[in-house]
Amino acid sequence: MSKREQLKDDFLENRLIRRRLALAALFIVILLSMVLGRLYVLQVVEYEHFSTLSDSNRIRIKALPPTRGLIFDRHGVVMADNLPTYRLEIVREQVADLDAILAQLRQYVDYSEQDLKRFKQSSKRRRPFESIPLRLNLSDEEVARLAVNLHQFEGVEINARLTRNYPQGEHAVHALGYVGRIDERDLGEVDEIDYAGSTHIGKLGLEKFYEHELHGTVGVQQVEVNANGRTLRVLSESPPIQGNNLHLTIDSRLQRVAEEAFGQQSGAVVAIDPNNGEILALVSMPIFNPNLFVNGISFENYNQLRDSPSRPLFNRALSGQYPPGSTTKPFYGLAGLESKVNKKDQETFCIGYYQLPNEPRRYRDWKKEGHGHMDLNGAITQSCDVYFYDLAYRLGIDRMSSFMQQFGFGEKTGVDSTGERGGLLPSREWKRRNEGMPWFPGETLITGIGQGALLVTPLQLANSTAAFSIKGTRYQPHLVKSVEKIPDYHKIEIVSCVAGRYDLLKPKNWEHVHKAMVNVVHGLRGTAFRISRGMQYRAAGKTGTAQVFEIGQDNEYDEETVAEKLRDHALFVSYAPADEPRIAVAVIVENGGHGSSVAAPIARRIMDAFLVEQS
Amino acid sequence: MNQTWDIDSTSITRRILDALRLDPVLLSLLLILALFGCMVLFSASGSDNAIVIRQLTRILVALILLVAVANIPLRMLRKISIWLYLGGVGLLVVAVFFGEVGKGAQRWLDLGFIRFQPSEILKLAVPMIVATYLANRVLPVGFKELVVSSVLVLIPVVLIARQPDLGTAILVGSAGFFVLFLAGVRWRIMIILGVLFSAMAPLLWKFALHDYQRKRILTLLDPESDPLGSGYHIIQSKIAIGSGGVYGKGWLNGTQSQLDFIPERSTDFIFSVFGEEFGFFGSVVLLLIYLAIILRGLYIAAHSDENFGRLLAGALSLTFFVYLFVNTGMVAGMLPVVGVPLPLISYGGTSMVTLMMGFGLIMSIRSAKRFLV
Repeated sequence: MSKREQLKDDFLENRLIRRRLALAALFIVILLSMVLGRLYVLQVVEYEHFSTLSDSNRIRIKALPPTRGLIFDRHGVVMADNLPTYRLEIVREQVADLDAILAQLRQYVDYSEQDLKRFKQSSKRRRPFESIPLRLNLSDEEVARLAVNLHQFEGVEINARLTRNYPQGEHAVHALGYVGRIDERDLGEVDEIDYAGSTHIGKLGLEKFYEHELHGTVGVQQVEVNANGRTLRVLSESPPIQGNNLHLTIDSRLQRVAEEAFGQQSGAVVAIDPNNGEILALVSMPIFNPNLFVNGISFENYNQLRDSPSRPLFNRALSGQYPPGSTTKPFYGLAGLESKVNKKDQETFCIGYYQLPNEPRRYRDWKKEGHGHMDLNGAITQSCDVYFYDLAYRLGIDRMSSFMQQFGFGEKTGVDSTGERGGLLPSREWKRRNEGMPWFPGETLITGIGQGALLVTPLQLANSTAAFSIKGTRYQPHLVKSVEKIPDYHKIEIVSCVAGRYDLLKPKNWEHVHKAMVNVVHGLRGTAFRISRGMQYRAAGKTGTAQVFEIGQDNEYDEETVAEKLRDHALFVSYAPADEPRIAVAVIVENGGHGSSVAAPIARRIMDAFLVEQS
Repeated sequence: MNQTWDIDSTSITRRILDALRLDPVLLSLLLILALFGCMVLFSASGSDNAIVIRQLTRILVALILLVAVANIPLRMLRKISIWLYLGGVGLLVVAVFFGEVGKGAQRWLDLGFIRFQPSEILKLAVPMIVATYLANRVLPVGFKELVVSSVLVLIPVVLIARQPDLGTAILVGSAGFFVLFLAGVRWRIMIILGVLFSAMAPLLWKFALHDYQRKRILTLLDPESDPLGSGYHIIQSKIAIGSGGVYGKGWLNGTQSQLDFIPERSTDFIFSVFGEEFGFFGSVVLLLIYLAIILRGLYIAAHSDENFGRLLAGALSLTFFVYLFVNTGMVAGMLPVVGVPLPLISYGGTSMVTLMMGFGLIMSIRSAKRFLV
């Protein structure tokens, strides 16, 4: 019996399959009859009902766009709100000859080719009875001119809608981002139904990152229309729900102080509360007016912004990558002590340059005549390059890069905005992978003074400095303090997460470097001594000057003769009050020259504004 | 004289079809359906010639592929099925990492010169591999065979459902399941599995379905709840079909369709255009044509000499029915809105090509046996 089952019997198997096939055919006939039955009900039994509905397909469904959530700074100053603006809209279904109407409308209101293209695109997507905007942001004069003549145009409407507005104009633009008209690409990323009535979407920065919070929920209105499509009455309505409000960690006043301190220069400033990662100011200079982008920027304006040599559209604070220069010295100083390669009092004699054994090349110090005997404190205070060449040589690149990594160098901070870049932390492994070349000892030296391949973003530098200031705990920086949920106005605080922690081997090691950084600002020979005059608190800091331009072995850098765009970048990192830091700042002034004279005063202004002038 | 010429010409056509290893019955039914589809498409696209021409080109390409597949001997089909399957699953995995995201779903794979959905390959590869695997085993299938086949089916189905593409997952899954069904999985086991599945349904509902998929099923129960989204599709589609009445409003005269009330009317919802313009009468005729195609496929399956052919031809014909049932059920408001086209009529290239290649397989199975009428 069991033997028989093991053998293949084609006759039996064929019979089995045929039975199953017959059964399947029966199922098919039954299911198809069900479909036919359903069609019979729809098309024969309920024909009258559907026929009437179809004849007078009079019930229209309109999407009601939600109002976008507001954005406030940490003290409640309005950074982004919504203003009513007038739009020219067309209901396609009611227009007999669209091209003729469009041509006639030109007499009363000017619309660009871009407007027209967008209008045609969205009319493909929207239903014919929905009104589609042709021009946004009509001026009062245009509204008046159109209103008088509106009776000539069946299907043309002027509607007031709330549109995003940035009341502070260009102020804090790089922290906020902006909204713009929805395009095809945006629609791929969202649920189209939620955006059925919306015309704008977050394009950049916070506005994009928090789009899901800010947008709100679309509402629906069922209306009855007459034969011409005019609304007769509203049958039912579920109103839209406004988007959630954002309360930022940004202090608008501080932000403004920083922007003003920059004057005409380009660069970036990021100020962070080291105790929780809250970003107090995020500035990239120059700035531009985001209101230009809301209703579609004109080509001239856009080209002007795009082609401007100072690149105002570029968010330097998040996307700009700069060599950090000497601002890395405190980190390497700490690395030396922690890895026991170096001692606090161990001295190096600086003769103005450094040479590797068996190599003729001279690695120069910024001070041609040399600093003489240097210990750690002196080397940081006076920013001696030779001391750090020697330290780097003793540390080696592997220890250097793994230490720096623990302070967040070479990786994105994970800030809640768009466009952040991760900088570059060079290592043996990185060089082999990217250039297919081994690491050279000379590269270790220049990495040791923050030059070479090492790159940081201003945000990264500020965050690493913040982490340093509180002895190694690094928070994930963030721009939003709380989200205010609509409709019950319940505030949800954003929790500050710890992104990484460096555990000190000996707290004393940190103290030594910290003291040296206080000396940079308050010591007589400190490179930033100038800013300590009249300071009502104690600050710690480090200046930096980053080369943009490579100087030949035998040449000298002369500020006067080098073109401005090749001049060095000026950097300054700092935190204050020194004993109990409440603010950490990183300043980069592009082509500004020396960190001490250009970048440090900006940091001082911000720290003063935050610590002293606070009202 | 005239008489003789007639006989001659039919026998010549016959000989050509035989040489190409094509089934005259199936081929003519497919052609009728596809050309009929072009007519409906012309109306649904708002009399757009360009779209119809594009569709005709696709039909031509699909037919060429049909002929090509029909000429692959069964032996070869069994050999390549494993590679087809592995390749398809491999591409699915690749699509998970590098796929292009369209409308929130990761389906497309861009090979530079061509963009396609790897899941399409599996609509054929899954029934092929399961049929190959079961062909040499003793039927009805035992427990071990059941487990192995289920794993073979579930791997691609899960990958596809995660993309998320529920429609294709259903089609691939049912193709594999049908092979098992035909190979005689015991009723007892099927009932146990059915009970298990219904017991797990609440869990699947909660964890396996995406938000939008849940919404679509809820929408079916209460179309008014989502009037801006798929509820609107269902409401308008029902109005279109219902207002067609017994004889329809006539070709190019459907007001619902012509006035743009039906979304996706050239693709997934093309049957509502058809229902409005050709009425109940037209729908009966159309469904009969479909039925004839399916029955012909089942007939070829029943008369094949070997299990591989029986299982594969049967499963492919039944899958074709699933297309039809899911689509018409959706358009008539009986089933949730799932992206499954009306086979051979909806506008679009990928499903047309896969379907025709499936029929190529069926024809190859038929000609493996010389004297099948």
